[in-house]
Amino acid sequence: MAHNKQAVFAATAAAALFLAGCASADGADPKRAIANGDAASGVVKAEPSKSGPYPSTYHALPSRPTLIRNAVVLDGAGKRIDDGAVLMQGGKVVAIGRNLDAPADAVVIDAKGKWVTPGIIDVHSHLGVYPSPGVRAHSDGNEITAPVTAEVWAEHSVWPQDPGFVRALAGGVTALQVLPGSANLIGGRGVTLKNVPSRTVQGMKFPDAPYGLKMACGENPKRVYGGKGRAPSTRMGNFAGYRASWIKAAAYKEKWDDYESKKASGKEAKAPSRDLEMDTLKGVLDGDILVHMHCYRADEMAQVIDMSKEFGYKVTAFHHAVEAYKIGDLLADNETCAAMWADWWGFKMEAYDGIRENIPFVHKAGACAIVHSDSDVGIQRLNQEAAKSLADAKKVGVDISKEVAWTWLSLNPARSLGIADQTGSLEPGKNADVVLWSGDPFSSYSKAEKVYVDGALVWDMTDPAHQPVMDFELGQPGEGDAK
Amino acid sequence: MKTLATSFIAGMAMLTGSALAQTVAITGGTVHSMGPAGTLENATVLIRDGKVEAVGRGLDIPSGYREIDASDKVVTPGIFAAFTQLGAVEVNAVGGTRDGSISGESPFHAAFDISYAINPLATTIPVSRIEGITRAAVTASGGDSIFAGQGALIHLGEGFDLVTTSRAFMTASLGEAGSGDAGGSRAGAVITLINALKDAQRYAKSPNPSDWDGVVSAMDAEALEQVVTGKQKLLIHAQRASDLLQIIRLKQDMPKLDLAIVGAAEGWMVADKLAAAKIPVIVQPFDNLPGDFSMLAATQQNAARLADAGVLVVIGDTGGDSHNARLVLQYAGNAVANGMAWDKALAAITLNPAKLYGVADDLGSLETGKTADLVVWDGDPLEVMSSPDAVFIAGQEMDLVSRQTELRDRYMDLGGDQPFAYRH
Repeated sequence: MAHNKQAVFAATAAAALFLAGCASADGADPKRAIANGDAASGVVKAEPSKSGPYPSTYHALPSRPTLIRNAVVLDGAGKRIDDGAVLMQGGKVVAIGRNLDAPADAVVIDAKGKWVTPGIIDVHSHLGVYPSPGVRAHSDGNEITAPVTAEVWAEHSVWPQDPGFVRALAGGVTALQVLPGSANLIGGRGVTLKNVPSRTVQGMKFPDAPYGLKMACGENPKRVYGGKGRAPSTRMGNFAGYRASWIKAAAYKEKWDDYESKKASGKEAKAPSRDLEMDTLKGVLDGDILVHMHCYRADEMAQVIDMSKEFGYKVTAFHHAVEAYKIGDLLADNETCAAMWADWWGFKMEAYDGIRENIPFVHKAGACAIVHSDSDVGIQRLNQEAAKSLADAKKVGVDISKEVAWTWLSLNPARSLGIADQTGSLEPGKNADVVLWSGDPFSSYSKAEKVYVDGALVWDMTDPAHQPVMDFELGQPGEGDAK
Repeated sequence: MKTLATSFIAGMAMLTGSALAQTVAITGGTVHSMGPAGTLENATVLIRDGKVEAVGRGLDIPSGYREIDASDKVVTPGIFAAFTQLGAVEVNAVGGTRDGSISGESPFHAAFDISYAINPLATTIPVSRIEGITRAAVTASGGDSIFAGQGALIHLGEGFDLVTTSRAFMTASLGEAGSGDAGGSRAGAVITLINALKDAQRYAKSPNPSDWDGVVSAMDAEALEQVVTGKQKLLIHAQRASDLLQIIRLKQDMPKLDLAIVGAAEGWMVADKLAAAKIPVIVQPFDNLPGDFSMLAATQQNAARLADAGVLVVIGDTGGDSHNARLVLQYAGNAVANGMAWDKALAAITLNPAKLYGVADDLGSLETGKTADLVVWDGDPLEVMSSPDAVFIAGQEMDLVSRQTELRDRYMDLGGDQPFAYRH
C-alpha cells in the first residue's frame, strides 16, 4: 500500500533519537541490522517504526515439517482448492496445491472433510489492555486524562497473561492489533502481536510490523470530555482538536526535516528537542505509522478523509464503520479499509443505522472490507461473523464466495496492518500461520482444530498438551477445562 | 416499501380479528415440531384461525388454504428470546428511549413493572421478528436494588398490543451483581432477599403502608407477595457455583418459591444439585472467560453439561440484550458445537423458555390447538448462514421488513443522480 513507500525515506528523528539513546540495544531485528549508523552525526538510515525501543523478542516456536492434505483449502487471497494440500516447513508455507509430496520427516495430516485457511487476523482488539478478569486494577486501555494522548503506547498496558488470548487462539486468531480505547481523539499507539503465549509483550510483538495510531470520531470523545466541561464537547470540537494536533505535528516534522537535511548536506545543525506525543504524529505524517480510526457515521468518515488530505496523511482503516455501506465508493476511491462487525447496532446514535449486509456491501463497492471484533467474545468467532454477513448478502442477490469472503478475515486485515508481505494468505514463502478447521468454518458447528503460528502447533483442540493455560487460571476452578 | 400507515393497518387488522381467518398449509418441509409429532420429513403444518390445526405427513389440504411450499426447507416453532429488553430500549445511550431500569432514587424496585414502558413500534421488534423471534420475555434490569422489577411476556407481531402477560416474573440479583446493591457483600444480597420475602409474607397479613417498617418499601413488599406465594416466577441472576448453592438452599427453605437462575456460568459444577432441586437456568453459551471472579470456571460446554444432568436449560442473552436478541440462534448453534444435542439446543430457544415462563400449554411447539408461531427456514436454523423465508405469529404471516432492510435497500446501489433520500 502507498503508505509503506514513504518509509524508505525515513531517516527520521524517531530512529535517530532512539539509537542515540539506546545504541547498545540488540540487533535481533533484521530491519535494524541493515541500519546504516553514522556515529559522528548520529543520523541513521532506518525505518523508525519498525525498530525502536521495546523491540520484539519473538521467536517462532519449534515446528516440524507438516503436510495437511485432502482438505478444502481457502488460500485467503480468494482461491479455493478442493482436495487441497498445504505444506509447512521451517515456519513458512512451502507449497499449496494438490497431491503434494511430504518430506520424509513430515507430520502428515489427512484432513478429509476438514478445511484449511490462513489464521484469522483481528485488527481491533483490547485483549491485554482490558483483560479478563475485567477488574478496575486491569483497566488499562483508555488514558482518559486528555483528549490527545498520542504519547501513550498500548503495548505498555498489555498483560500477556490475559486468558482472552488463549480463547482467541482457540478461535483461529493468529495475529491481532491491540489498540487503546476510543475515549480520546488521538488515543495512542496500537501494537500488532502474534497470538502466542509469552511472559512478556515483547515476546508477542510481530517483528517488523509498523505501529498503528488509534484515533476516534464522534460520540465517545465529545461525551467523555464534554462531560468534564472541557473541549471537545461537539463534533466540530473533535475536528478542531485533531487539526490543532496535526498543525503542531507538521511544524515538528518541519523542524526535524530541516535538521535532517542540514545534517545530510554536512551543515552544522542542532537537533530539535524531542516530544513523545509529536514523535507518534510525525510518524503518521512520515507514512510509518498507520492510522486506525474508530468512526461510525458515513458523513464523519468523509470529513476525516478530507482532513487526511489537508495534512498529507492516509487513513488506513475506519474501525466499526457501521455506516460504511453508505460510502463504499468513497472508501474504494481513497483506498481506505473498513473494519466492521457483522450485526452490532443500536447501542448509541452513531450505531443506529447498522445493517447486516455492511461488510459485503463494502466489498461489493470495491473497497477493502475487514471483519473485526473489538470484543473478547467476538474475537473467538470471527469466522461466524463473516458467515452471517455472507449469507445475508446472498439473500439479497450479492453472491460472494466463501474463498473471497475469507480475505475479510486474513489478507485484508494483514494489508491494513502492513504485514501482508509476511502473513494473511497461504502463499509459498509466507509465514505458516494456518488453521485446520474441523469442518466448513462458515458453519456454527466447526471449530479450529489445530492452529499453527510460523509453522508451530500452538493450539490443538484434541490435545491438552497443546492448549495453553494462563498463569491466572492455574489453581482456579475450571483450570485446564475445555473452554 | 412498507410505510408506517400500512403497518398500522396491518396491526389493526390483527386486532380486529380478520387476520385470524387466515388458513395456510405449509407443505413439504422438515418439521421439527418440538411436540409429540417429533421431527417429520416432507410434512405439512395446517394453520387456521391463528392456531396450529394439524401437523403430520400426508395430510389433506382443505380447499381454500393458501399453500406455502417448504420443500428443502426447515419448519420450527417460533423462537422465544428468553431474556431481553425488546421494546424497552430503542437506543441504549439515549436516556429518553431507555426504560429498562429504575434508579436508586425511586421509592420502589420490586414493584417496577416494565410492561408500561414497552413500545410496540420500537425498531428492535421487526429487526428481531424477521430473524425468527416470535416471542420474548422482557426483563427489568439493574437499578441499584437487588430487585430489578417485574418483567413481561410479549409477542413480536404487529399492532399495539404486544404484551401478553404483564408482571410475568420478577428479576433479582445475587452474587457479584447483587452485592453492590446490598452493602458490598454477596451475603448482604442473600440476607436482603430472604428478609424482603419475609416482609412480603408479613405485609400480606397486614397490608398497611402507613405503618410499615420492612427492609423493602410497602410497595415492594406488596409486589413480592406474588413471588413468596409462588404465583410469580423469581429469576435470580448469579454465576458462581457457591452462589447457585445459596439459591438451592433458598428453595429448600421456601419451597413455594418458583425459581429460575439467569447466568449460572459455573452451573455445570453443581448441575446435579440444580437438577434435583428442579431449578431451570437461562445460560449464555458464549460465556467462557473469567470476566470476573464469579465465573472463573465458565465454559462453552456449560449448556450441554447442564442439559445432560437433567436441568431444564434455556439459552438466551443473560445480559438482557435489546438489539441482538436475534443472536439466540447462533448461541444455540454454538452450544451444539460444544456438545449439546441439536434437539435440546432447539428446545432451549423454543419449548423450554415457554415451559420456564409457564406458557407451554399454548406456545413453544407445533401441536394441534397451540398458537401458530412458526418459522420456515432456508436451512438448519442453528446454522449462522440460515435465515427465515417466512415467519408466522399467531397464524399471521409477517412481512420480512425492518428499518434495517429499508436502509439496506436504499444503499444497495450507490449509483444514480438523485439523492438517496428520495429512495423510499
